[in-house]
Amino acid sequence: MTPEEHDANTRAYWRANLRLVGRCLAIWFVASYGFGILLVDVLDRVRIGGFPLGFFFAQQGSIWIFLALIAYYVRAMARIDRDHDLHDD
Amino acid sequence: MSLQLLTYLVVGATFVLYVAIAVRTRAGSTGEFYVAGGGVHPVANGMATAADWMSAASFISMAGLIAFLGYDGSVYLMGWTGGYVLLALLLAPYLRKFGRFTVPGFIGERYYSGIARVVAVICLIFVSFTYVAGQMRGVGIVFSRFLEVDVTTGLLVGMAVVFVYAVLGGMKGITYTQVAQYCVLIAAYTVPAVFIAFQVTGNPIPQLAFGDTIAGTDTPLLARLDQVVTDLGFRAYTDGSKSTVDVFFITAALMVGTAGLPHVIVRFFTVPKVADARRSAFWALLFIAALYTTAPAVGALARLNLVETMQPGPVGAPEGNLAYEARPEWFRTWEETGLIAYSDRNGDGRIQYYDDSNAAFAERARAWGWRGNELEVDRDILVLANPEIARLPDWVVALVAAGGIAAALSTAAGLLLVISAAISHDLLKATFLPRISERAELLAGRVSAALAVCLAGYLGYDPPGFVAQVVAFAFGLAAASLFPAILMGIFSFRVNREGAVAGMLTGLLFTLGYILWFKGIFVEPMAENVPENWLFGISPEGIGAFGMLLNFAVAFAVSAVTPAPPAAVRELVERIRVPRGAGGAVGH
Repeated sequence: MTPEEHDANTRAYWRANLRLVGRCLAIWFVASYGFGILLVDVLDRVRIGGFPLGFFFAQQGSIWIFLALIAYYVRAMARIDRDHDLHDD
Repeated sequence: MSLQLLTYLVVGATFVLYVAIAVRTRAGSTGEFYVAGGGVHPVANGMATAADWMSAASFISMAGLIAFLGYDGSVYLMGWTGGYVLLALLLAPYLRKFGRFTVPGFIGERYYSGIARVVAVICLIFVSFTYVAGQMRGVGIVFSRFLEVDVTTGLLVGMAVVFVYAVLGGMKGITYTQVAQYCVLIAAYTVPAVFIAFQVTGNPIPQLAFGDTIAGTDTPLLARLDQVVTDLGFRAYTDGSKSTVDVFFITAALMVGTAGLPHVIVRFFTVPKVADARRSAFWALLFIAALYTTAPAVGALARLNLVETMQPGPVGAPEGNLAYEARPEWFRTWEETGLIAYSDRNGDGRIQYYDDSNAAFAERARAWGWRGNELEVDRDILVLANPEIARLPDWVVALVAAGGIAAALSTAAGLLLVISAAISHDLLKATFLPRISERAELLAGRVSAALAVCLAGYLGYDPPGFVAQVVAFAFGLAAASLFPAILMGIFSFRVNREGAVAGMLTGLLFTLGYILWFKGIFVEPMAENVPENWLFGISPEGIGAFGMLLNFAVAFAVSAVTPAPPAAVRELVERIRVPRGAGGAVGH
């Protein structure tokens, strides 16, 4: 790889990284601040099982979504690392 | 075997385990002392991070807080878990790639400035010390209640144990003791929760029981809970009383503060590779979620148990209230500690537990001959009293005591270590005594850890009135000072020394000033702490998130009008953005 190609590759890697992080943080925001706080009164009119839905997001659902998000990020990021040949393992 | 003897045995056995691990994994170099030599497996590190993070407050206080706050308690649940998303996506992998020992070390090098490093050390010490004092207090409370020694003796024993493994073992020692402590604390938290969930709903998994129906009926647990608390004039459990804007900002301050806590960040310096730092964040949140999704279930079950114990019959009928003479055994034992108190205001010998600040309800209560709420319950006792309330076997009670101590000790050790690293590495080695040898630096690290243990013990023994308040504010301060500086250091080439220092100082001073204004630590409050007086309706608990925004704004504005960082810094940022080539962490 020439130095120019190397720089272009690094820039493309960083852009892919930012896109992924942006997507994940959008979900992070909607699951907690959106469903758990801003829309809680609207969602509480719906019940799933014994939970009002907004209350469920605030006290259970958001935490599970955070966990799923990090799992997705770890896998997607590992793929981006390899695609740009910048992985460390 | 008596409960006390059993508790001594269980707690004593865990102490022997912690010290044995520490002796086996003693640190021999500064690399091992600060970052465990950088060779910790991501799963082990995730477990250690979970124990490091979950403090006496998480273990002892949180479920109790949620039990009394209901929906408003969600700020702690979302705030203290959502921060790990920020940590995993925005900070941990890059700081691992940077590969130094400490958080101020990153700030000092990225902003090519000794002043930035010292400002970061000041933020770090302030945040960590307030936090550690609360942990030592937690150790004292658990000791005095379960081992029936006085708080001072309990504190001294706790200090001695932390001293042995944090001072000798350094990061390497605390990593593996934290793994053991996680196992103890999660077992201690889950076992009683499973029993209680099963007793109330017939479903043994607390997370499912939370959404299940009361055993033998079609009524969901939460619907029943809303019913019984509103019958006594309390706000419905699933409703909140805080304003939406305040809930939003408190959650944000706790989330960002979590991501900015130095003792949590530094755990990610101990894994071998960048990819391991990401994986480790997943494992950390998984282990944390095991407790954090159980806690709200425990809170709801505990509140229902409490209300139904005090109000066994219909509301308004004289015999509907529990007679004081018939109070259960756990009530008597906790009464001795003063953490639960009864005052018979209307002289009928029965316990009226209701919301006497609710004006509409107070009228009806008056007609029944009630003369005010007669029961004061300290929020901190619910988790500790839970096994007794549910009449669980003695070994469960002993296990809970050991779990509370494990939670407090693991967090205290992590905090003491970042304080000692900030002093021996950032202040001595990097700032005042650059020629210090590795042996001398290691000794300095041990001495400062030892001094920090003593000071923390003193603060726990004689907490100045403000400690308890300030623990919650440590998050706001971390959010407003350290987090933005680190984030901009990674994601911006342009933010420079002047911008970072101005931003950190603005965030720290604004947040501290706002808290002092309303809470009056050291001085009299300047204004009453009520929503009408707050800036945009944001309480002092949530103001750190606003301080963070100010930090960003000031840092960008100042950077725009001052010279760009040197080329070497640009190369540094380019280097930390790619995973390839992460070596072990080094000092310089």
